[in-house]
Amino acid sequence: MTQAQWIKRVVKPLAFVASLGPFAWLVRDIVTGNLGANPVERITHFTGLTALTFLMITLSITPARKLLGLSPLIQLRRMLGLYAFFYAVLHFTIYGLDRTLFEGTGLSLGSIIEDVSKRPYITVGFTAFLILCALAATSTNGMVKRLGGKRWQRLHQLVYVAAALGVLHFLWLVKADIRQPATYGLVLVGLLGARLVRERRRRATPSAALAPPVRSGVAVGSS
Amino acid sequence: MLIKRPPDIRSSEITDQSLYLNRRAFIRTTGAAVAAVTAEVVARPLMAAGQGLDDKPTPYQDVTTYNNFYEFGTDKSDPAKHAHTLKPRPWTLRVEGEVLKPKTWDIDEIVTKFPAEERVYRHRCVEAWSMVIPWGGFELGKFLKQAEPTSFAKYVEFTTLHDPKQMPGQRSGVLPWPYVEGLRLDEAMHPLAILVTQLYGRPVPNQNGAPIRLAVPWKYGFKSVKSIVRMRLVREEPNNTWQVVAPHEYGFYANVNPAVDHPRWSQKRERRIGELFKRPTLLFNGYGEQVASLYAGMDLRKYF
Repeated sequence: MTQAQWIKRVVKPLAFVASLGPFAWLVRDIVTGNLGANPVERITHFTGLTALTFLMITLSITPARKLLGLSPLIQLRRMLGLYAFFYAVLHFTIYGLDRTLFEGTGLSLGSIIEDVSKRPYITVGFTAFLILCALAATSTNGMVKRLGGKRWQRLHQLVYVAAALGVLHFLWLVKADIRQPATYGLVLVGLLGARLVRERRRRATPSAALAPPVRSGVAVGSS
Repeated sequence: MLIKRPPDIRSSEITDQSLYLNRRAFIRTTGAAVAAVTAEVVARPLMAAGQGLDDKPTPYQDVTTYNNFYEFGTDKSDPAKHAHTLKPRPWTLRVEGEVLKPKTWDIDEIVTKFPAEERVYRHRCVEAWSMVIPWGGFELGKFLKQAEPTSFAKYVEFTTLHDPKQMPGQRSGVLPWPYVEGLRLDEAMHPLAILVTQLYGRPVPNQNGAPIRLAVPWKYGFKSVKSIVRMRLVREEPNNTWQVVAPHEYGFYANVNPAVDHPRWSQKRERRIGELFKRPTLLFNGYGEQVASLYAGMDLRKYF
């Protein structure tokens, strides 16, 4: 088996199942009533944290390919990104339920509208979620073709914006202990930094600058 | 006016101690997984919804495993996990400042001299969750009178133990240590303000603020300072810890008030622990009849 085949036939299915792990834990804890005194809060925090974690893992695929010389890792990226979206949907769903049905005041979107318009940490979190929705909707091969590779890539660079907003959302949410959101922030800065360093190197090498922007990431000099 | 407990919680509504202790065992024995699922996911919230707005005491298990006590970590499950390092004996509590008779009390002397009476209080956290807790304690005012405050005493400043060996959370700089809280003297003298030594008829557990803590039921929970080692009667308003950390979010008064939102979330409604559907938050946490007069003429928006 070639490296690419190995990643496609072994690593990818394994990663698919492993990525369902957090969801399986959650279901188990719901079924066994193991969510503590405030299950809604626990589910909200858990799904949010998992979504952010998957965003970081997704963003680390490209640097990992370069670093490890494992180009076929690209085959995992879309799947992992969609898992980030999946956990973000769960996160938004439980939040949405909490601010509508569970308010106990009848079904009204008033609380959500108030949140999104008045509370910055919700505004940025909601924006990040909308971005992820757009990226998930355009994640199919068909959409890549329809949008054209370059436009598609530029659209999907928004994943960095979504990740940054996600970290901000987390940072603005905590009361005093910023260690955890700060850790996510540092990881994101590291991933962005790795990308920028590579860009600069590529620009510095004339021959590389002429080369077409490979599937790996940012379309260099396309503007 | 002596108020032994809020008028709307009858002692008959309190779960019998043996019953709540056996609750988990009962579920387990009757419980095929299906029953447990039904209880947690379907029945519990539905029951809660059908209950209306009563004030059933929150199970001991929830009171002792879900709370904020940053001295043991910032997750609400941390205090129960880490508070075993706290040594509630020997313990002294110093009363000083603008008093004629400053004194260092031994906790056992306090417990003997001030027998605990049960007070079932609503407890509203600033994070918009709430509980109903059967505290045992005595009136703070009676205790303070022992020290004979001078006419200069206008406020009481409370200080939590500062000992990173006993309180591992203090090794981080999450909050400026030690934790400090304060009350206006007339608030402290109010008969609803109590010093707590018991929970559910037993010594208050470490994670809930052993061996002695405050319960001020008309204010957000962070005012009810835990594991107190010092009370100082002072002339000026004390700078309480959360106000120091985030002055635009947490004030000195911190009276429960559905009309004044926290900048990052609404305070209009709250989730009673154990219930799925939220209930309206009441002004002064429902103790307005007793305490509203303390704040007559004050702009509660300004003095939040």
